[in-house]
Amino acid sequence: MSYIRLVDVTKQFGKVTAVDKLNLEIEKGECFSMLGPSGCGKTTTLRMVAGFEDLSDGEVYVGDNLLSSPKKKYYLPPEKRNFGMVFQAFAVWPHLSVYENVAFPLRIRNVEAAEIDKRTTEALRATNLLKEANNSPANLSGGGKQRVALARALAINPDVMLLDEPLSSLDPHLREEMRFEIKDLQKKYGFSIMYVTHDQSEAMALSDRILVMKLGVVQQIDTPFNVYNNPANKFVFSFIGLSNFLNVNAANGKAFIAGSEVEIAGALAPKAEILGADGLTIATRPSEISFVSEGTPDSLRGVVTRKAFLGEIIDYQVKFGDQEIRVQKGRRDIGPEVGENCSVAFSRHFWYTGEE
Amino acid sequence: MSIKQKGSFGVAQIILFLSVAVLVVVVAVPVLLIFFNAFWADGQFNIEDVLMVLKQPDTYQALINSLIIAIGTTVGSTIVGTFFAWLVTRTDLPYKTFMKSMFLVPFMLPSFIGALAWKMLLSPNAGFINRYWMDTLGFSSPLFDIYSYLGIMIVEVMYLFPFVFIQVCGALERMDPTLEESARISGAGLLTITRKITIPLVLPSIISGALLVMLYSMAHFGTVAVLGIENGIFNIPTLIYQKIHQSAGSFESIRTGTVLSTVLVATAALIIWLQGKILSKGHYQIIGGKSFRPMELKLRGLRTPLFLFCLAYIGFTIVLPTIVIFLVGGLKTYGLAFTWENLSLDNYKFILFDYKVTKDAIFNSLSLGLGSAFITMFAGVMISYVIVKMRVKGKGILEFLGMLPFSVPGSVIALGVILAWSGKYGVNLYNTVWIILVAYIARYMAFSLRANSAALEQVHDSLIEASRSCGATMWQSLKDIVIPLVKPGMLAAFFLIFLPSLRELTVSIMLYSPTTRTIGVAIYTLNEDGETVVSAALAGIALILIILGQTIINRFTKKEGA
Repeated sequence: MSYIRLVDVTKQFGKVTAVDKLNLEIEKGECFSMLGPSGCGKTTTLRMVAGFEDLSDGEVYVGDNLLSSPKKKYYLPPEKRNFGMVFQAFAVWPHLSVYENVAFPLRIRNVEAAEIDKRTTEALRATNLLKEANNSPANLSGGGKQRVALARALAINPDVMLLDEPLSSLDPHLREEMRFEIKDLQKKYGFSIMYVTHDQSEAMALSDRILVMKLGVVQQIDTPFNVYNNPANKFVFSFIGLSNFLNVNAANGKAFIAGSEVEIAGALAPKAEILGADGLTIATRPSEISFVSEGTPDSLRGVVTRKAFLGEIIDYQVKFGDQEIRVQKGRRDIGPEVGENCSVAFSRHFWYTGEE
Repeated sequence: MSIKQKGSFGVAQIILFLSVAVLVVVVAVPVLLIFFNAFWADGQFNIEDVLMVLKQPDTYQALINSLIIAIGTTVGSTIVGTFFAWLVTRTDLPYKTFMKSMFLVPFMLPSFIGALAWKMLLSPNAGFINRYWMDTLGFSSPLFDIYSYLGIMIVEVMYLFPFVFIQVCGALERMDPTLEESARISGAGLLTITRKITIPLVLPSIISGALLVMLYSMAHFGTVAVLGIENGIFNIPTLIYQKIHQSAGSFESIRTGTVLSTVLVATAALIIWLQGKILSKGHYQIIGGKSFRPMELKLRGLRTPLFLFCLAYIGFTIVLPTIVIFLVGGLKTYGLAFTWENLSLDNYKFILFDYKVTKDAIFNSLSLGLGSAFITMFAGVMISYVIVKMRVKGKGILEFLGMLPFSVPGSVIALGVILAWSGKYGVNLYNTVWIILVAYIARYMAFSLRANSAALEQVHDSLIEASRSCGATMWQSLKDIVIPLVKPGMLAAFFLIFLPSLRELTVSIMLYSPTTRTIGVAIYTLNEDGETVVSAALAGIALILIILGQTIINRFTKKEGA
């Protein structure tokens, strides 16, 4: 049975619906990420689970325990929920030492002195902070502060860890390092993670499952592999990884790249039932396109308008009429030059209709 | 860069020289003369004499009184200020924005006018509240004697608590809410969080506000002058005034004055040093990144009672004294009941159109305010320019001299000005309006420097360099680039000086002559002479002028910001 359960969770700020009827089940020990652009409702959702925001409607459970339910007029305050939480801005208390920061949740729970010391020391050891125990966290680097926040959240040995963009304030190198530290801690302690981020690579690296959200509405909940390889819609496709979109027009029962005379035919052609639909688009990833010789079946004929050597890869821009796509090839894959005509083939593609 | 170019070298030198000259003559000389006169007697350095003066019973008592009143006022203001700040930032009190602006109103009201109102309300035998208490309710002794240490402290708290309030409000509003949220998710309840997280984190702001109150209260003249003298309660500034005023400037009294001034300056310097220390060392970086609304404590059952309490506090400390001033100002004779037959606008007409003393006072205050504001504004730009933009040696001294008046109380500046400008050194301005002008310039220079420096720091060097690279000379760059950009700062400086000078009492009371009374002096002396109704009417006019001025500034600054 799932461990954290959100049932029809809805949050309204005045007339704006920040989260709309969200249903979610997270397993014990799972690392679950919520991903989306800013304002999509992911942080609001996390704060509703933490108890910092009231629900407008719906229910939140952990195990068998109800945490919030406006209908039943039930609300457990955040201090009673026994979660660990880490915030983006670290939120370590500058007037307390590193040790006291970590011991704080234990002191609040009136744990006996010897036990406090044991568990604080263990949390500090797990986060490599033993040396800094008596220092002020104000003197630590960003990464150090975030370790203090992690240790503080670990101290009570929580079943659920809520992480609100915990790595966004760190520099890119440290960010990657801390990802693995969080993952290692999870393996060791076995807590469930609810992780909010706008960084897709972070979500991919950490998570068992990812929720992609837009304007308060769930777009897809799936494993990182499926979210990338089988995106549920155009938004998910564009949000995860690099993407190309080409608008497609229909004429005489055939599909053409809009604004050009390039026909999409053969195996590449759209199914007859979507041909001519509003906003018909073909989507590809730059890494799943190759240059082929002219006349190859299902290939598209365009012209190279930009070529940039980026080290590991070469980045091309190929134009069809007034629309263009990016193509990325390995550095050894010598392709056409700027101004030359070329033929490209898609190893994988998706068709989308409608606005998004 | 400017030093190497032809022509600008001379300009820089001239500006620097002028700035130093203005600051030395207007600020440094008077203050130095105080120290000199305090420690230099009979042609030699003399510390025993200083101790002798301090040991005299009245001086000693004044020192103790200043300390008692300052400590009481500081404690009271800290409690009141912190409580209201917490109430308007961290709870669901109704009409919080309105409340917040009301709690800042005492900032613009002159405390001696407030003291006057409280004297009318609570003087032991004649105060309206005490009379009602005894005559109507039948008690045999007055409800409260305002002519007491406690009375003075309470009135000072009413006017000084905003210093703490504004600092703590700022800290609580800027504080990263996740600092408290992380305590909450750690399992702490709201009371524990307030005690263990919130208060320790804003403590530097609380202390810094408290020290400001201490600084002002130590050097505060008006309230003690109005309420203390009746029962012989003198603090340092009122004793200095008393000595100088009674003896008409005898050597002995000047000496006592300078010694007391030295003590005052030393205390002030100590307080400012402490404050700087606390602000630099203890000020945590608690300003947050992305900001969710901070937690609000639901007051629940206490919501209405606390709301009514705030309203009552505002009514009692702001509305009631103001109404009393205007009502008394309308009475035919002091002591009559407030009935329609006894009330009229005659007093107001009298002081505005017929009574020379008050007409002169209003004219003097307005022209002194305008004059000192203009002069200080322009001198301030010049000096700030040297401090902020020029790379010349010795500008540190300028900065120190310019900010000196922040730690030098008004009565000390007044005494220094008397020493410097009463003929001993060739210029005699004593008994003229000019001596007050000089004192105002010295006193308000620091305001102007602060506003102008802040504005100039916004003007990046590259803007001037860009203008010079386009072919403009140093002067053209100043005129066309720098001045237009710092204009808001200059205007701010102007009003920062003009408004306070309208309600100024501490400096001018030491320097006035019968024809050079300011509004403050006129209100105070008329009241001392028993002309209570006229004095109250003038106080009413002063309040109207101040509120008008403040409204215009608020309008103006809002437009400027938009």
